[in-house]
Amino acid sequence: MAPKLPPTYPLEHSATTAAGSQAPTHHAPPRGLLRWLLTTNHKEIGSLYLIFSLIMFFIGGIFALVIRAELFQPGLQLVNPEFFNQMTTMHGLIMVFAAVMPAFTGLANWMIPLQIGAPDMALPRLNNFSFWLLPVAFTLLLSTLFMPGGGPNFGWTFYAPLSTTYAPPSTTFFILALHIAGISSILGAINIIATILNMRAPGMRMMDMPLFVWTWLITAFLLIAVMPVLAGVITMMLMDINFGTSFFSAAGGGDPVLFQHLFWFFGHPEVYIMILPAFGIVSVIIPTFARKPLFGYPSMVYATASIALLSFMVWAHHMFVVGLPLAAELFFMYSTMLIAVPTGVKIFNWITTLFRGSISFESPMLFSLAFVVLFTIGGFSGLMLAISPADFQYHDTYFVVAHFHYVLVPGAVFAIMAAVYYWLPKWTGHYPNERLAQWHFWLSVIGVNLTFFPMHFSGLAGMPRRIPDYALQFADFNMLSSLGAFLFGFSQLLFVLGVVLCVRGGKKAPAQAWEGAWDLEWTVPSPAPLHTFETPPVFKRPTP
Amino acid sequence: MRSLWRWIVSSSVFLSITSVHANGWNMPRGVTDVSGEIYGLHMTIFWICVVIGAVVFGAMFYSLFRYRHSKGAKSANFHEHTTVEIFWTTIPLLILVGMAVPATATLTKMYDASEADLDVMIIGQQWRWRYEYLGEEVAFTSNMSTPRAQISGEEGFGEHYLREVDEPLVLPINRKVRFLMTSDDVIHSWWVPELAVKQDTIPGFINENWVNINEPGIYRGQCAELCGIDHAFMPIVVHAMEEAEFDAWMVERKEAMKQEALGVDREWEMQELMARGETVFESICAACHQSEGQGAPPAFPALAGNARLIEDREWHIQTVINGVSGTAMPAFRNTLNPVELASVVTYTRNAWGNDTGDSVQPADIARRLAQ
Amino acid sequence: MSGGTYYVPATSRWPILGSVALGIMMFGIGMQLVYDASSIIMLVGLVGILSVMGFWFRDVVRESRGGLYDTQMDRSFRWGMGWFIFSEAMFFAAFFGALFYIRTFAVPWLGGEGEKGISALLWPDFVPQWPLMNPPDEAVVGPRGIFSPWQLPLVNTLILVTSSITLTVAHEALKEGHRKICRNWLTGTVLLGLCFILIQGLEYYEAYAHYGITLEAGIFGATFFILTGFHGVHVIVGTIILTVMLVRVHQGHFAKENHFAFEAASWYWHFVDVVWIGLFIFVYVI
Ligand code: HEA
Ligand code: HEA
Ligand code: HEC
Ligand code: CUA
Ligand SMILES: [Cu+2]
Repeated sequence: MAPKLPPTYPLEHSATTAAGSQAPTHHAPPRGLLRWLLTTNHKEIGSLYLIFSLIMFFIGGIFALVIRAELFQPGLQLVNPEFFNQMTTMHGLIMVFAAVMPAFTGLANWMIPLQIGAPDMALPRLNNFSFWLLPVAFTLLLSTLFMPGGGPNFGWTFYAPLSTTYAPPSTTFFILALHIAGISSILGAINIIATILNMRAPGMRMMDMPLFVWTWLITAFLLIAVMPVLAGVITMMLMDINFGTSFFSAAGGGDPVLFQHLFWFFGHPEVYIMILPAFGIVSVIIPTFARKPLFGYPSMVYATASIALLSFMVWAHHMFVVGLPLAAELFFMYSTMLIAVPTGVKIFNWITTLFRGSISFESPMLFSLAFVVLFTIGGFSGLMLAISPADFQYHDTYFVVAHFHYVLVPGAVFAIMAAVYYWLPKWTGHYPNERLAQWHFWLSVIGVNLTFFPMHFSGLAGMPRRIPDYALQFADFNMLSSLGAFLFGFSQLLFVLGVVLCVRGGKKAPAQAWEGAWDLEWTVPSPAPLHTFETPPVFKRPTP
Repeated sequence: MRSLWRWIVSSSVFLSITSVHANGWNMPRGVTDVSGEIYGLHMTIFWICVVIGAVVFGAMFYSLFRYRHSKGAKSANFHEHTTVEIFWTTIPLLILVGMAVPATATLTKMYDASEADLDVMIIGQQWRWRYEYLGEEVAFTSNMSTPRAQISGEEGFGEHYLREVDEPLVLPINRKVRFLMTSDDVIHSWWVPELAVKQDTIPGFINENWVNINEPGIYRGQCAELCGIDHAFMPIVVHAMEEAEFDAWMVERKEAMKQEALGVDREWEMQELMARGETVFESICAACHQSEGQGAPPAFPALAGNARLIEDREWHIQTVINGVSGTAMPAFRNTLNPVELASVVTYTRNAWGNDTGDSVQPADIARRLAQ
Repeated sequence: MSGGTYYVPATSRWPILGSVALGIMMFGIGMQLVYDASSIIMLVGLVGILSVMGFWFRDVVRESRGGLYDTQMDRSFRWGMGWFIFSEAMFFAAFFGALFYIRTFAVPWLGGEGEKGISALLWPDFVPQWPLMNPPDEAVVGPRGIFSPWQLPLVNTLILVTSSITLTVAHEALKEGHRKICRNWLTGTVLLGLCFILIQGLEYYEAYAHYGITLEAGIFGATFFILTGFHGVHVIVGTIILTVMLVRVHQGHFAKENHFAFEAASWYWHFVDVVWIGLFIFVYVI
């Protein structure tokens, strides 16, 4: 039963479509370790990012498991409160800055040049620099755990004055590490923007770009706009700690709340930095497995742009209880609620894409569908949080923890996994083992819900965040969460197994690995040769 | 996927059934008008989300089921429809406006702290709460009373594990009580779910909030903003009383404060000071310097066997009165009265083998404070 | 769009060396600040970074002069530099934002004005004013006096504005192919940059020696130094860049129509100039 397929793009001429042909101008790259250290190739750098991010995901995950193990029952059993706080902080920081963001950057590196028909990223050496800053930054960050007085223990939001006057000595190193990571993000984002704006194949207009490219373009803009603000605020912290300034101290005329304004001006766009590329991935995968073009392409683009613009105006919804003036409170409540509108447009477009499609359920699709459902649930709790009066009850409870894990784990992380399963055939030339992937999927879905759904209840019942020990009425929910966390955590070993097996062998994949896939990357052979599109392909708009 | 869907439905149903009883599962309805309104808002938005979810997920699972490739579904090719796009931009917008209206009303009410009958200053300190009834000369500090042995598992858990204090905040019902909130060190957040008050305490600034409690009772909560090691051990207990009972309590407290003040003028015996000092130390200082004065270096210095402390009596007194600015060591001049200050200094100079043998008299401290 | 001449460099060792050097420098700064270690580690890192930058740019210059770049490459550089400057703008925006917040909200609230003026209960003697001479807590000693904006700061403003003009003249000359004129005006620009730095240094000396404006002098000192300090660092970097351009002009680099390095340098310089105007208005005048 062959479904009617939209035509795949014919490429007028492209040296690379003839398998394995390599332009002779390239001298053999250095071998071994040096090759990875010195590479300027977007595919190799993409792989580096992805491997780094996977390692960090496990480190951050192990920290989470320490948290969950301590919270398995009331009382202090495994770790002391001081170490618990370090775990909470490091878990948040590592997951956000070292796992999710680099994973998306890795995907961008691999796929954006392929999707727009470019030979590489616009600035390949800078690209390598961006990557190698990350291991440096996070080695420094993780090393703080072993410094006298311990590592950062003030939460990933590091509010002053807990993170200034009352912080352990290692805080200065934490700041410097974050500076390096920030430089990496900014340079990476500049590169991505330059690539997208300048390197598209002849004939490809902006409105022809796959949505993954579009969402990354907007994400990169967000990164360039807010990472410097983070750099600014941690610089002020550095000054308060080491040079006696009083930015965040009322005694000298400053204000601790100023820290929060600056942090969240960065922090809120940051959470969209972690979700927009995920939207892009899902917008690419769903049409593929529904064998039907994406519904409402232009509105998807406009919705993404609106989310990005709105994200600059909502930051104080994280600060509803710090004592904002009423007018501010109302403004930020309304603007935050507005974000539900463009996000809704996206959800509706995806569902309409499914409607009257011809749907199959391979692992990338399963992860994407779970994304749609579970992200929406996380979005709903976000909307509840946006209602300022109600947030007086929700704020700093596990209800918030439930909210953001729903948008981050079955949101961002599931999208990343969907992307990996989707593009593995292109990267390795082999299909991942589908049985294994399905097991991974179902165990993850069960695990993630078992972990995070009960947190809604414990939060509403009154359990605050960031506590190593809790009152007895929260015991049952916490036990469930902890069991779920271990289930989810260990299921991820299946993911690693699947990836490793796929790299080493498996069913051979053709250039167009998925029946309904029709972006440019599917016109180059699988595995994609090291150099692709050295002669730009001429892009022809499909005529559906 | 379908099992997931069923799972979501059943858990939402579960939530709604149990929410009727509103304990342990859902946000409490609380005991003030505002808390009731917030609860109402919460449930309204929750149900709106459930309905939207049902429609959206319904459409999605219908499509997934109906248009399976394995059942030979052929894909259509449509990919645009402006009217429908406008439709699903406008409808959510209208729903949102519908939510914003009651939310705005409630919020405006919450922000009106005017015409209060009683002002209470709430001060967050690592890791206890201090309450001052403004204009009444009554003030005290409220510490967690759960023994550390329960936390470490050496003893069984008590009924109100981690949510019990030595001195609850006492409030009258049916009177508007205004809270002025601030902090001596880092940001804390004073939260009692039944009262629907959660407000950060910002060092150097004052935030306002208020309650008007409808029912007498004991309401428990805890600090909600990460404030350091003992953030989990900073509970809040509010004891709401009938008005008459409250007034009587207030008179009694004032009398007690007066008695305490009288103690300043007389000469105190060593044993008296040591006994009093031990209670003060246990409730205030032990959080950082530990019960045996061994501290937790490098964050908190040991007091037991601390050479400088033993040698330099004057510095010791000054440190306790004025704190060490820029560190976690607070100034206790406003938090402790002269008797407490004198006794805790005496205690720390003589306990755990410090054995200096000297004592400090409350009158001496009072003189220093007056300067 | 172009037809396949996009230059994709082979492997390069500068990125990895650069990141290691940056790591060493940051580690060194930390050791120095936290443990009072000597500044050797930091200096090693700094020298490392500077040399890596030198070598890296040398490679780029060679490739460019070797004709390896096409117009598409040129556009990549333009986008790259443009967005880099945008990121710098946001960096300064954070500091300006802090200044505005402090002036419009925090200080008045502490002094009993505005919606959260109740905070003044904690600071009964505090009088809100800007510049803030007496911080709320007596323990923090405020500045004894402040600069008049119409002396050194005005001079510096004129210097920077002039330097923007001289730079534009140099640029126009380059476009016309008058290399000598270009060189002279560029030299002028560099000298003006140096003057600015000198005067700024003088001002800092005055601030510490006579006015008691220090980093510790409450929020006025803090905002003053973070804004002018980071701007000053940018002027220094800009001057260095312009000096390099001067050397390159000397050596006969840059074609009439193709000299992006020069343009990028001038974008940067103009940006730094614009930031100063903002600074002059909001830090000194108002
Ligand atoms: C990927 C990350 C991500 C994403 C996408 C979001 C999305 C949203 N978030 Fe979330 N949020 C976080 C990550 C994220 N958040 C994190 C990490 C924190 C905590 C930080 C910390 O304190 O440590 C946080 C905290 C947080 C708070 C602060 C809570 C508190 O501390 O008290 C608030 C409050 O407004 C909020 C709101 C929202 C809203 C309204 C959205 C919206 O974008 C959601 C929009 C989506 C939908 C609404 C669903 C789909 C829409 C429809 C089906 C249309 C129809 C629907 C309606 C009309 C209802 N978030
Ligand atoms: C993208 C971001 C992201 C991701 C993916 C996660 C993933 C998880 N998070 Fe986390 N979380 C945050 C971002 C994220 N989190 C943030 C920002 C905070 C706030 C921090 C703060 O308050 O400051 C937070 C806080 C937070 C808390 C609250 C802590 C507190 O308030 O005290 C909890 C508690 O349960 C938690 C749990 C988990 C769990 C169980 C996972 C699971 O998904 C993890 C899955 C586990 C693994 C992947 C581990 C796999 C490892 C093994 C199986 C071991 C194998 C062994 C070897 C190979 C040696 N997270
Ligand atoms: C919130 C934590 C905290 C509490 C509560 C606390 N202290 Fe301290 N204390 C500290 C810290 C931190 C220092 C170290 C200050 C420094 O670095 O100089 C300190 C220092 C001291 C010193 C000086 C010792 C030295 O070697 O520097 C004395 C004496 C002291 N505290 C007594 C007390 C007494 C008495 C109490 C109770 C009434 C008390 N402290 C309560 C944190 C605390
Ligand atoms: Cu005090 Cu948390
Ligand atoms: Cu947000």
